[in-house]
Amino acid sequence: MLKGRHLIDPMDFTLEELDEIFELAGDIIDHPVKYSDSMKGKLLATLFYEPSTRTRFSFEAAMLRLGGQVIGFSEPGSSSVSKGESVADTIKTVGCYADIAVMRHPKEGAPKVASMYSEIPVINAGDGGHQHPTQTLTDLLTIKTEKGRLSDLTIGFCGDLKFGRTVHSLIKALSRYQGIKIVLISPEELMIPDYIRNEILINNNIEFKEAERIEDEIGSLDILYMTRVQKERFFNEDDYIRLKDRFILDKEKMELAHADMMVLHPLPRVNEIDYEIDEDPRAMYFKQAKYGMYARMALMLKLLGVK
Amino acid sequence: MLRINSIKNGIVIDHIAAGLGIKIFQYLGLDKADYTVALIMNVDSKKLGKKDIIKIENELDLDYTVLGLLDPNITVDIIKENVIREKIKLSLPEKVENVIKCKNPRCITSVEKYIPNIFHLVDHSAGEYRCTYCDEIYKVSDL
Repeated sequence: MLKGRHLIDPMDFTLEELDEIFELAGDIIDHPVKYSDSMKGKLLATLFYEPSTRTRFSFEAAMLRLGGQVIGFSEPGSSSVSKGESVADTIKTVGCYADIAVMRHPKEGAPKVASMYSEIPVINAGDGGHQHPTQTLTDLLTIKTEKGRLSDLTIGFCGDLKFGRTVHSLIKALSRYQGIKIVLISPEELMIPDYIRNEILINNNIEFKEAERIEDEIGSLDILYMTRVQKERFFNEDDYIRLKDRFILDKEKMELAHADMMVLHPLPRVNEIDYEIDEDPRAMYFKQAKYGMYARMALMLKLLGVK
Repeated sequence: MLRINSIKNGIVIDHIAAGLGIKIFQYLGLDKADYTVALIMNVDSKKLGKKDIIKIENELDLDYTVLGLLDPNITVDIIKENVIREKIKLSLPEKVENVIKCKNPRCITSVEKYIPNIFHLVDHSAGEYRCTYCDEIYKVSDL
């Protein structure tokens, strides 16, 4: 039963519950008109403590396309947060007005805190470098729809694997499916954190390898998940400049990949995927963004128990 | 040599690493006790070289989980009518609340102070705890 629940961590839902969401998302994709009034009278609060146009638009579009409405803030400076209001007080107040809330926060664990004090479902839309479970839903829905399965896949992750929360969340989620192989391609400075390596990969006996060059690994992959090296995650600008261009996907590298390999990216891209790849049918990242909206539509319908 | 009389009914917390006694004294709230309590520091010990001991002349129901976290070598004896009636075995608690603080500067607990600091034991043999909010891992030996 998903009604009344929160989504804070990608592991909050069972595989069966995820399937419920994917099934509903599939039906929304096939019959969008059927759902255009489903959320009439419902209000989504978007609490964005750091800027994120894409995720916020995705949630807002999802709610509006379901016939609901949206309130919220997109930077803390324009809200009571700038007066020093705590996360707990904010969510308690917002719960008086809205039916469901989505929160992005620069501090890790903030949405979890909100869920502890909230009367309404809280969705984590990214907390610092930590988790981003609705991006994971998006990624899983994209893979399931486009590949037809979530098992027996070799998935390469490339770029910033240390601070890339979408990567952490997706690896956690994939670890529950059969026959998953993971290839981690990153510079040494941005390698996957120990807790993902030890608790998720090693403890679940997931086959994985770590590599430093895209071209060495791309030929064995079903999916290549690219990430950008985010400037805001660095304490030091020199480190950022030194590392940002090292892992760029271009036409030459794509020639080494299978004809049905799929390129995913949580977006926005900076320069890690060459624009000439956009025309390649294997480039799935813009379609992935559309799947993200459908995944969020299905998620909100389930959390509010709307039929 | 300093002499502290044995207790009739109460608790003896022994084999505390020297220097840790005062912390435990405070964690258990013994600094506010209105009954007889002794904190004995730097006692000669064959096993530890030096150790601290706490003696409590009162029948109390204490939360010993904190002791297991601070130092699993600590022993706790329950005394009744001058005789040791029970030895409590300490182990690492599954959940620790408001005993340790997360040191991750990116964790929400670093800026919002009302939030309870909660840690869960993730690896018993390695003595590792994870912050429930940011997933940062801490070894007991580093705490």
